[in-house]
Amino acid sequence: MNTKNFIHISKLCKHYNIEISFINSLNEFGLIEIISVEESQYIHEDKITDIEKMIRIHQELNVNIEGIDVVFNLLNKIEELQNELIITKNKLL
Amino acid sequence: MAFIDYYKILGIAKNATESDIKKAYRKLARKYHPDLNPNNKDAEKKFKEINEANEVLSHNENRKKYDKYGKDWEHAEQFEKAEKQQQHQRNSQQATGGSFSEGDYSDFFESMFGGRSSSNSRDSIKFRGQDYHAELQLNLTDVYETHKRTLTINGKNIRLTIPAGVRNGQIIKIKGHGSEGVNGGPKGDLHIKFSITNNTKFKLENDNLYTNVDLDLYKALLGGDITVDTFDGKVKLKIKPETQNGTKVKLKGKGFPIYKKEGSFGDLYITYQIITPTKLTEKEKELFTELSKLRM
Repeated sequence: MNTKNFIHISKLCKHYNIEISFINSLNEFGLIEIISVEESQYIHEDKITDIEKMIRIHQELNVNIEGIDVVFNLLNKIEELQNELIITKNKLL
Repeated sequence: MAFIDYYKILGIAKNATESDIKKAYRKLARKYHPDLNPNNKDAEKKFKEINEANEVLSHNENRKKYDKYGKDWEHAEQFEKAEKQQQHQRNSQQATGGSFSEGDYSDFFESMFGGRSSSNSRDSIKFRGQDYHAELQLNLTDVYETHKRTLTINGKNIRLTIPAGVRNGQIIKIKGHGSEGVNGGPKGDLHIKFSITNNTKFKLENDNLYTNVDLDLYKALLGGDITVDTFDGKVKLKIKPETQNGTKVKLKGKGFPIYKKEGSFGDLYITYQIITPTKLTEKEKELFTELSKLRM
């Protein structure tokens, strides 16, 4: 498998100064997807923005993984509703 | 430069304890954090104010200075300068201040404290730069064809390809055109949100366009040719005899371009609206009466 667009977890943890257990917990909660290639674990680069957001919410707001899960679900719902609102507005145009 | 009441910002009393400050800051930060309030400029502003208040009140030295000079902060600068000079005379070896970095702090904060405290724990973490958010206002006719535009964002010119069929509210991301990263982190991205005004008589739904076309009574009854406007020009249509009011006609491929599918278009739906004649002449009335009798 080509790992061009993937970032090695250890590199990610070093860069953001976070414990590997934090990334594993995010994975267990289904907030991110860890991809294993030949005994190495990676994250897709498209997920980096989300991970950064999770790190900030965790570190700056002292929110635990359960809280991050709730926050992300609600943020996704808000985004869906905003998109629906835009589509509805477009129909009214 | 106006005086800022940091106690008021955090909603705490002047004699608040360290724990009160921490508690108030966390509560407000959770409410106004930019990650929890995407694209909300008011929340972003409020979050900066809260951060600034916390930066001052949660550090003993800063809080002392703020409490000491408060509203008279303008004199504080002169006073501090004089005091520093005296200190310097006493001990020229003594180090003063810390390394401050630029940040989103008020003029008031900068004048009192010189910038963000270096003791902040975030300093050691590399973070991607903030994403920039911009809005591009276009007309529906502008996005019918793929075209290039040069935008000036934060003093930089960015040549952007606007794909045909882009939608109102759609956001496109341009990698690496956001602000610089923190502590050597990568640059943020630029998010451009399209605000598209429909400047046409067509209604857009998904990729299809809808419009009403007026049809005079005689053409509706007897049939004939009409010319109708489509998004990219006029089209001749045959009207069948005895066409009913509200009849819908689909013109395949005459709708809106499908986003990122070059050469693919939705359909155009035309609804006929039969216009009955008004201000009838005596002769016309006579003939219509005669016609109506034929139907009895």
